[in-house]
Amino acid sequence: MENGIMNSKFFYYKRKYTSFVMMSLTFIAALAAVIPLVLIFYYTVSTAITYLNLDFFIHMPKPVGESGGGMANAIVGTLILIGIGGVIGIPIGVMTGTYLSEFGNNKFGFIVRFLTDVLSGIPSIVVGVVAYTMVVLPMKHFSALAGGIALGILMIPTITRTTEEMIKLVPHALREAGLALGIPKWRTTLSIVLKTAWKGIATGVLLGLSRAAGETAPLLFTALGNRFWSTKIGQPIASLTVYIYDYAKSPFEDWNQQAWTAALVLILLISLISLLFRIITRSKYKTN
Amino acid sequence: MEKQRIKKISDLGNIGDLIFEKLTLLFAVSVFLLVLLMGYEMYSGSKLSIDKFGWSFLVNSTWDPVLEIYGALPIIYGTVVSSFLALIFALPLSIGVAVFLAEVAPPWLEKPLSFLVELLAGIPSVIYGLWGIFVLVPWIRSDVEPFLSDKLGFLPFFRGAPYGFGLLAAVLILALMVLPIISSITRDILKSVPRSQREAALALGATRWQTSLIVLKDAKSGILGATMLGLGRAIGETMAVTMVIGNRALISPSLFDPSYTMASVIANEFTEATSEMYLSALIQLALVLFVITIIINALAQLLVWSMSRKWKTA
Repeated sequence: MENGIMNSKFFYYKRKYTSFVMMSLTFIAALAAVIPLVLIFYYTVSTAITYLNLDFFIHMPKPVGESGGGMANAIVGTLILIGIGGVIGIPIGVMTGTYLSEFGNNKFGFIVRFLTDVLSGIPSIVVGVVAYTMVVLPMKHFSALAGGIALGILMIPTITRTTEEMIKLVPHALREAGLALGIPKWRTTLSIVLKTAWKGIATGVLLGLSRAAGETAPLLFTALGNRFWSTKIGQPIASLTVYIYDYAKSPFEDWNQQAWTAALVLILLISLISLLFRIITRSKYKTN
Repeated sequence: MEKQRIKKISDLGNIGDLIFEKLTLLFAVSVFLLVLLMGYEMYSGSKLSIDKFGWSFLVNSTWDPVLEIYGALPIIYGTVVSSFLALIFALPLSIGVAVFLAEVAPPWLEKPLSFLVELLAGIPSVIYGLWGIFVLVPWIRSDVEPFLSDKLGFLPFFRGAPYGFGLLAAVLILALMVLPIISSITRDILKSVPRSQREAALALGATRWQTSLIVLKDAKSGILGATMLGLGRAIGETMAVTMVIGNRALISPSLFDPSYTMASVIANEFTEATSEMYLSALIQLALVLFVITIIINALAQLLVWSMSRKWKTA
């Protein structure tokens, strides 16, 4: 009898103890996951901040051996590349997402949904290879267009997915109200459903754009890179990410420093995109 | 007169509907065709190499651009080993993070922590690589590798000169990169397990940990799916790996030795490919990568879907 009570007490404490230890371990895991983030930000900011000045934004890269200089061409190049990507990726993504949510409750819709998910898992370097064989080989030279197309393809899954999800969140009553007023379905979808969901769709678009801004692999042999000022879409173009890659590998300390600075600028650029969209979407909502 | 007008308008509406549906359908079809086109482009681009090497491409262990012999075995080996080891590191940690976020953390802590984990997924790969070259690799060279060869040097895995650049660095950085993916999907899956499961366990006197175990068991197939998504990501990860793995086609048991992955070979050698056969072999490598990631992602997607459907119908 006495023994039984002792036993159950023992198991009680053992279970309590195990639970406490395991729960603490999950907390430590969460902490451990966040530490690298802090480290990466710390190194980027602390290394880059001394080199970050106006010159970096308005000057061109200096030749080997000369210190200083900036990456004006790469900043503009990255913007042009994600611009081209957006022109391709946004319409395809938004329209496909609209199709999936409005008409996609059939076998074909299922297949397309599945394929967009699969597409999102395809390595970006593979998309770069495809852009190479589709655009660079026929044109016979590297170009901003090829890089932009690769980025556009990479944006499609994110934008399609969010568009579909966001449209599905629009209450059915709104749609029915439109239809009850005798508005045809296409008008209802465009002026009521998409208008209601537009803020969410914009978030998806912004996510797609900012991810594209951070892509390097698909640009290596499509947009290639350019040490000079170029805004032509038919010519090779510089980008921040490819500069980071090249400068990080280089033996020159000055270039290594510039790689860190470029990384900080890239992070700032990505944050700026998301801030910009947040402001646009907010003001739009207030006026309506 | 009035009736006709109304009929006209409603016809117009129907025509508009038809156009709208077909237009969106067109874009959906374009996505469908895009995936097919990608496969076809790579197949035709690598025809030269496929015709010459065929299946031996996958099992031949010589990768020699000078002699124009292309066998991808050491590269496939490097890809498989680096991704699986990364998963071994990342999986327990990811599940821990997910359990903490879904089961333990109070809302005020869960929101910012989830945000941080998602931020980790949003850092561009090339910045991971930059950090890898200048922070992680020197640390591995000066501390980790000497320590490992000192304590565990009798194993073949921890032998060789401590260069820093090599399989070990790639494994660690890949683990970091797949962690946010696996943990955020796993968290969502754990959250989709109905509350009643937890309440039932707690009512029976289960501790918090025992309750979490029950929830984890319910979410088994979903977690497997999340792991496979992480695996797909690790296999295709390019920049960060290329920057730290040392880039040599080598089959060696030691984690200290340089290695190569499919994605990093393509990134490194594509612009240097001078002959048509070389280019063709690299495109074939991309095709292999494409097929592997499609299979892995398709399986992962099915697992995650079956999981979410399970609770919807229940």
